Amino acid sequence: MTQNNTVAKTRNNISVALVVNGTGQRFSVAPWTTLLDALRDQLDLTGTKKGCDHGQCGACTVLVDGRRVNSCLTLVVMKDGAEVTTIEGLAPSGGLHPLQQAFIDHDAFQCGYCTPGQICSAAGLIAEGKAKTDDEIRELMSGNLCRCAAYPNIVAAIRQAMSVMVEKP
Amino acid sequence: MAQFTAPCPPREGDISRRSVLQGAVALGALGPVRAADVVPHAAIAVDHKSQVSKPMTSYIGTATSRIDGHAKVTGGAKYAAEFNVPGLVHAFVVASTIAKGRILRIDASEALRVEGVIDVLTHEKRPRMADTDQAYKDDVAPEGTPFRPLYDGRILFNGQPVALVLAERWEIARLAASLVHVEYEQEAHVTDPYRQREAAFVLPEPAKSRGNAAEAFAAADVRHQGEYHVPIEHHNPMEPFASTVTWDGGGKLTVYDKTQGVQNVQRYVCSIFDMNPDDVRVVSPFVGGAFGSGLRPQYQVVLAVLAARALERSVRLVLTRQQMYSLGYRPAMIQRIELGATTGGTLNAITHDAITVTSQYEDFYRNETTWSGLLYKSANAQYTHKLTRLDLPTSCDMRGPSATTGVYALESAMDELAVALSLDPLELRLRCYSDRDQNNGDVPFSSKNLRECYRQGAEMFGWEKRNREPRSMRDGSELVGWGMATGVWEALQVPITVRIKLTANGHAEVACATSDIGTGTYTIMAQVAADALGLPLDNISIKLGDSTLPQSPVEGGSWIAASVSNGIVTTSNAIREELLRLAKRVPDSPFANATSDEVALADGRLVSRLDASRAISIADVMRVGAVDRIEQEKSTSFANDGKHAHNAHSALFAEVKVDEQLSVIRVTRIVSAVAAGRILNPKTAHSQVMGGVVWGIGMALHEETLIDHKFGRIMNANIAEYHVPVNADVHDIKVIFVEEQDHIVNPLGIKGLGEIGLVGVAAAIANAIYHATGKRVRDLPITLDKLQR
Ligand code: FES
Ligand code: FES
Repeated sequence: MTQNNTVAKTRNNISVALVVNGTGQRFSVAPWTTLLDALRDQLDLTGTKKGCDHGQCGACTVLVDGRRVNSCLTLVVMKDGAEVTTIEGLAPSGGLHPLQQAFIDHDAFQCGYCTPGQICSAAGLIAEGKAKTDDEIRELMSGNLCRCAAYPNIVAAIRQAMSVMVEKP
Repeated sequence: MAQFTAPCPPREGDISRRSVLQGAVALGALGPVRAADVVPHAAIAVDHKSQVSKPMTSYIGTATSRIDGHAKVTGGAKYAAEFNVPGLVHAFVVASTIAKGRILRIDASEALRVEGVIDVLTHEKRPRMADTDQAYKDDVAPEGTPFRPLYDGRILFNGQPVALVLAERWEIARLAASLVHVEYEQEAHVTDPYRQREAAFVLPEPAKSRGNAAEAFAAADVRHQGEYHVPIEHHNPMEPFASTVTWDGGGKLTVYDKTQGVQNVQRYVCSIFDMNPDDVRVVSPFVGGAFGSGLRPQYQVVLAVLAARALERSVRLVLTRQQMYSLGYRPAMIQRIELGATTGGTLNAITHDAITVTSQYEDFYRNETTWSGLLYKSANAQYTHKLTRLDLPTSCDMRGPSATTGVYALESAMDELAVALSLDPLELRLRCYSDRDQNNGDVPFSSKNLRECYRQGAEMFGWEKRNREPRSMRDGSELVGWGMATGVWEALQVPITVRIKLTANGHAEVACATSDIGTGTYTIMAQVAADALGLPLDNISIKLGDSTLPQSPVEGGSWIAASVSNGIVTTSNAIREELLRLAKRVPDSPFANATSDEVALADGRLVSRLDASRAISIADVMRVGAVDRIEQEKSTSFANDGKHAHNAHSALFAEVKVDEQLSVIRVTRIVSAVAAGRILNPKTAHSQVMGGVVWGIGMALHEETLIDHKFGRIMNANIAEYHVPVNADVHDIKVIFVEEQDHIVNPLGIKGLGEIGLVGVAAAIANAIYHATGKRVRDLPITLDKLQR
């Protein structure tokens, strides 16, 4: 989807293959392209948000090979062959992931801008299996800022999703 | 078309909804957000005694999940920078590195040599823009000479845009921006409010002073005076400011903008570029937080439109987090309060003086001082507000403007007065309680249930167990402190227009050019419309955030919920009247002689209020009337009778724990009891107030914009060093909505919640810190170094 071939050629683009939300994608990217910008601008997956571009806010959190990462600090070329899951691909098509449902149920957002990052981060957190208590959830979710400050509802939503996911993994 | 079809099992006591976004999002035809069918609609009982102008409530007051929630949790909600169109040009701002002076020359040649760079716009090389101040005045501009981005070579603040790089890719634009070389002639600047304190000038009296506060203070049995300091704070919404301008051909533009007022932006753009209103459509279906920063159009929208016109192409400009610090901010302020009381704990003198800051070119200010004499009864009250100018952008509204800061100072001072009186701080508030607005003609409040906020809040918190002695309570190595404060805000309303289209299948589209900045406007509009039209919530779709929709002012000041809700009821009444007119044509119509007061809309039918068995379905009425839809558009404005004050109130109770050695402060518990009239949606209302409380934690402990005055430059212009509360900073927050019926403020008795959740919180925390440590810090934020001093 690169719109300017001159740029593409002169920048010595590198060819990278990723699996994004289950679909194989072949990119030709300039080495400086972050995963965040590639997702948003090239694949039109704008569910992943840019809040700071500096690894300070967590809005850009996606899952790479099942682990949560700040996609603004991740160059596409570093992830050749990786599997990337964004908010758009978290649930099987048409359905909602237990975390997405829990976020709605607990009103774990207002403006919704941090929300995809919170949900992907929470999915990563649950996979890590480290957070058992509310305090641990708070601590391990503190890389995801929410200026609307839905924090207590985010904790409640994660707790709900954890119990659902333990019941039927 | 994006359509989401997930099942959403409802939680107990809660109406869960999923939303459906219709329309080709990428091309700007964003459809309405609809409350879709999940839970069967409970029948609305026809209330024979109910007043005609009020809807019978079923959804109003019921905890309801956001109708736009599904879009937000799936990534379907599109924000200003997310409308991707073919051939988009990416823009990047080059910002000034001096605070004051003028540009001598700009050398863009190196930038222009980068492949993929299309152009570099500067004040010397750009399409025509208006050259009068008036043209740059937006709907909510303060007095003065508005900033004109890329207009001339004058530098008014550090970080001012001086050039705009346009490139085929964003990364290229960013690289090229670093290669634009600007030479300046620098002038001496001043950015330190304390250096400009003496230069502050007196503003017109914010409210009429009463009695003689100075004399009464001198004669008072017990006196407290103190000076309180609030630093500059920045809104830092999570979404950066952004505009995507699509070039629709023939000079027509669609502007996807981050804003709290699409029509404000539309008028502003038309006026600066002398464009026909039909040629500029401003769209903003989702806003990633704004908190006041989006009330005025920001410079990125001007630059994006400028670039689109220069290239005749679609352009996107997204500000970096750092560049967002070159927009408005909460003004720094120095406040002085004098309180004179009797030994019995009643106030006889209030003096509240404030100095706030603004730019060199516009005079932004609100009334910090008058909240004092509104909140508490005192025969004597005196207010002085001064403004001082700095070489910074113009300050602006930030959540709860003036009350957040003014009440912080007042409520800190009241706590100190309670100490001086050896009185419980809550008891002092009750002794000074005011049932009337003494600032404005000594009128009563339309409603004021603050007493009940104090009672219920104190009870839930366990306030009676407080030991009044500072440093008397502890938990292991931590000192425990309990503090309280009061909050107050205005219940404002604005003229607004709502259009409703009701179709024969019992679906309604409700449209208004207001915004939902995360406040829940989509959802409360659907709730009110469902009740007013007697339809299931799922049959309502909401259109907002589009300048082509019926008129709405900016969303701010907590006024939209009340304004748009009453607007929906007014328009629904017109729909009902039209249905009745048609129903009279039905052969043997049960409504042949009915007046519009005698009929209601319920369960998709027109129903007699006198005899519920007399009813005709909407579909039948339309069939007989040979129409397939009824459309009405009505404007609503509010006549203030001048005989009442309209305010929302709150009582805050805070617990802090302070590490005795390290002075690390944790806010472990907060109870916020709010009296704000009718609560439309307890679920979203709770989130709004809770968010406000967390803002109060930030204000008390974290937030401060730090300027290197030598360079006049912000040092912590990022979201790592400008501290906002994170999840780990937030513990137990309880929100209580105190019952408050108000038949005067507006027909639905709504007061709004956007601001009240924040007002008073910082004072409650500061007072708790004093109670824990015995140390009074009058300078926000209360960082641990200040406790160690
Ligand atoms: S955008 Fe990546 S952490 Fe903020
Ligand atoms: S919901 Fe607005 S920033 Fe989190």
